[in-house]
Amino acid sequence: MTESVLTIKDLHGYYGESHVLHGVDLDVRRGEVVTIIGRNGAGKTTTLRAIMGMLEKRQGSIKICGHETIDWPSERIARLGIGYVPEERGIYSSLDVMDNLMLPPKLAEGGMSLDAIWTLFPNLKERRRSQGTRLSGGEQQMLAFARVLRTGAAIFLLDEPTEGLAPVIIQQIGHAIEAMKALGHTMILVEQNFRFASRIADRHYVMEHGKIVDMIRRDEVQVRSDHIKSYLGV
Amino acid sequence: MSSQVIFGQLLVGLINGSFYAMLSLGLAIIFGLLGIANIAQGAFYMMGAFFAWLLLRELGVTYFYALILSPLIVGLIGAVVERLLLRRIYKLPHEYGLLLTFGILMFTQGLFIYLFQTAGRPYATPPELAGGYNLGFMFLPKYRAWVVVASLVTCLASWYALEKTSLGRTLRAATENPALTRAFGINVPSLMTFGFGAGVALAGAAGVLAAPIYTVSPIMGADLIIVVFAIIVIGGMGSILGSIITSVSLGLLEGLAKVVYPQGSNMVVFVVMILVLLVRPAGLFGRER
Repeated sequence: MTESVLTIKDLHGYYGESHVLHGVDLDVRRGEVVTIIGRNGAGKTTTLRAIMGMLEKRQGSIKICGHETIDWPSERIARLGIGYVPEERGIYSSLDVMDNLMLPPKLAEGGMSLDAIWTLFPNLKERRRSQGTRLSGGEQQMLAFARVLRTGAAIFLLDEPTEGLAPVIIQQIGHAIEAMKALGHTMILVEQNFRFASRIADRHYVMEHGKIVDMIRRDEVQVRSDHIKSYLGV
Repeated sequence: MSSQVIFGQLLVGLINGSFYAMLSLGLAIIFGLLGIANIAQGAFYMMGAFFAWLLLRELGVTYFYALILSPLIVGLIGAVVERLLLRRIYKLPHEYGLLLTFGILMFTQGLFIYLFQTAGRPYATPPELAGGYNLGFMFLPKYRAWVVVASLVTCLASWYALEKTSLGRTLRAATENPALTRAFGINVPSLMTFGFGAGVALAGAAGVLAAPIYTVSPIMGADLIIVVFAIIVIGGMGSILGSIITSVSLGLLEGLAKVVYPQGSNMVVFVVMILVLLVRPAGLFGRER
């Protein structure tokens, strides 16, 4: 198969004094959609933040497109072509929708044009002069997506994109992710909604207590559904 | 009381207000971006005036060139200070920033007293701006009119740059959420260096504008900065335009107090500060957190 774009080995991460990641190992190949699933507090969001270089302290190895990035600052990591959609969406209240959209600098050629973004998310076009945080939760999530689609990023870290959204909006987000996959983008998705995740992902990493404890392929999901249920505690 | 006296004092008030505006604007930018209440702003104002004076005396650089050059030098010194000193304390509570910049103020002031003594040095009004207009109800010196116009234009240009340009958009984003802004590939640490440099350069420019009006002396910034901090408290940290309006209004109020009740004119800003703190602790234009 194609080469790895992200390889994490024995990653440890800390928030202040508390040790949150205890030796995470995972590997993502170009064009794959991979989820990280697990219960609340397992360290999924922290893993994405560690990849982005947003933790105060991290140790181990994170190779992105062949570069060892464990000592790199966030901005340098992002410039490898990573688009990050944080759990809290991270819409700036001091900027309007248009300015939020135009904020991230271009990282590479091949980003989505503004027209394509308006076609994918027509609501955003209508509200482009509204203050970013005046949007509904769903619109804010669309904006958070649109913002990184413009940059030409090829690897996307998506943290709980469906959290707290109405089913019709979840569907729209699902279409966006499928469109991104069709373009050959690589995605790492943290998701609580396993039904949603299982429709689009090639593989699922299961996380518990700051470690990856299992990996489930798309074709194993049916057979191993009991395992999955117990991992997620449902 | 003659109209000459009243309008004369109001003009002085307007000029002080203009200086307050330039200093508080710089402070607001710095506080927003770095989370540091920069007491040393007064020292950068003083340096702006001194460099203009030195440029003229040592190199024969005249006023209008100094007005560009001196703030630039001040801004560069600011950038170095940010890189070498301020950068180390961003993770510590706000008080550390206050203490460190207070130290920088004392050090700079002491250094300039050691080099140039405390006596004021006159800086001649540039010949292009000498003389004045007789408006009938008062005499308006050309230079003072120029100071008001130049500082208001500078403030409005800074406001425009922050609100309407892509650099301003990026600065505001970095102010609001630095960690996420970095995760988009934006070099926030460099922006902070630039922001501090630009913020103190505004103070430097105010210093050059002030040089022909007040005498140039190492302690000229120390008194001013206390008033400017009071103005920041009154206006709140929320809005750039708000801090400009507050500065000019309080300058005028001070001028008015000099006419009506001269004994209290130095106090009036602080009285307003106390009243505002009682009624609206976040300041007139500030947002409650």
